[in-house]
Amino acid sequence: MSYLHNIGQYLLMIKEMFRKRTKWSVMRHLIFKDIDDLIINSLGIVAFISFFVGGVVTIQTALNMTSPIIPKSLVGFATRQSIILEFAPTFISIIMAGKVGSFITSSIGTMRVTEQIDALEVMGINAINYLVFPKFIALMLYPFLISIAMFLGIIGGMAACVFGGFATLDDYVTGLQMDFIPFHIVYAFIKTFVFAFLLATIPSYYGYYMKGGALEVGKASTTSFVWTSVAIILLNYILTQMLLS
Amino acid sequence: MIEVNDIHKSFGDIEILKGISTTFEKGKTNLIIGQSGSGKTVFLKTLLGLHTPDKGTITYDGTNYSDLTPDEKSNLRAKMGMVFQGSALFDSMTIAENVKFPLRMFTKQSNSEMSDRVNEVLKRVNLDDDHNKLPSEASGGMQKRVAIARAIVNQPKYLFCDEPNSGLDPKTATVIDNLIQEITREYDITTIINTHDMNSVMEIGEKIIFLKDGLKEWEGSNKNIFKTNNEAVTGFVYSSDLFQRVQKMYLEEDM
Repeated sequence: MSYLHNIGQYLLMIKEMFRKRTKWSVMRHLIFKDIDDLIINSLGIVAFISFFVGGVVTIQTALNMTSPIIPKSLVGFATRQSIILEFAPTFISIIMAGKVGSFITSSIGTMRVTEQIDALEVMGINAINYLVFPKFIALMLYPFLISIAMFLGIIGGMAACVFGGFATLDDYVTGLQMDFIPFHIVYAFIKTFVFAFLLATIPSYYGYYMKGGALEVGKASTTSFVWTSVAIILLNYILTQMLLS
Repeated sequence: MIEVNDIHKSFGDIEILKGISTTFEKGKTNLIIGQSGSGKTVFLKTLLGLHTPDKGTITYDGTNYSDLTPDEKSNLRAKMGMVFQGSALFDSMTIAENVKFPLRMFTKQSNSEMSDRVNEVLKRVNLDDDHNKLPSEASGGMQKRVAIARAIVNQPKYLFCDEPNSGLDPKTATVIDNLIQEITREYDITTIINTHDMNSVMEIGEKIIFLKDGLKEWEGSNKNIFKTNNEAVTGFVYSSDLFQRVQKMYLEEDM
């Protein structure tokens, strides 16, 4: 029953997010602040992880292609497919559920504990719109982050491939261009937008409706990470089934 | 003026407010007192509209809160100022930004008009030189004064204070009490203070409501609270050594 209650309350929160909007002059500042907190501040970790995981994907692929009849260019092909289809949109989103999700839950949860949300409500402000809507808009720039992850993953793979001596640069680039299906990029960005929505709303839900003190803020952050990850994995499966099969 | 008629409020099976009726007058400091767990905070939050009463009505200058649409309720709340027990200042904003916040949200004033008003209010609470400090850099007393400044900056009709003196030294507590009373008279607003600080009761208790187990046990002023025979009230008022001595002094005066 508590699952149903949570889902219902989550859906009502989303409805409330679009009601009684905060003044644009105030909202604009909140959106820019959230773009800085959620997108710009995540660039470093996303770039670092993407570059090195791209390299690892390439090395693993190359080491498993021992047959001399398999062309070396397949290393580039496999790296591109892994990174564009799954690593950048899904794996990075799960990392972001930890980084951005915890930040959102703990910042909103702390506002709840310290009565700052009550203060907003007493003033007649729609606290859900004030707190969650700017995060939702800021995370609509999430595909920009995923584009960088895709690019750096492929560059990391190229560096590992060439400097590790697994294939030549020409082979790798040939593999990158092999059997390219543009819809795969569309598929990756559809997933990215859906995951961005989950990343903005599920951690906000756990922060907004938390009860208790500082200890519960930590617990809410953990719970929000678990459920955001579960939702991402489930929707990843459903979207892949719908869009690619 | 706020009129409360037969307010009931339960959480699950536990009935917190069991039928409270009273009137809070304009231009006066109205105090709600009682032991911890007596229902003071739930009562105050119900008056603020943060809790919906299960039964009964609350009327703000003739307007019944339960008859209002959600947007009308929000508009009414914009006329309320609240000083929270922990101040509830927005920790990412400076003191001046905290005070300016209600103006940015609810008025169409220019930036310079808002800044003038913020300066005026911060001066009123004796914080002229601390505009750019963050709440975390301010003392407890300063945070309370910022909270008062934020509550009154948009000229509210109703001011609510939840234990405004908790965690403050007696001297600062008196400064905060006097400030709230002065502001109440100056702006002619309805002020309701939730407290269990007997110094506040003595200093500014123009009207006092004593709650016990979710019911109004006694109603009066600071002039007659020390003369009442109500056992629940005397048990609360004279629970500390200091006030037992005050009681003794009163009795000696009478003899």
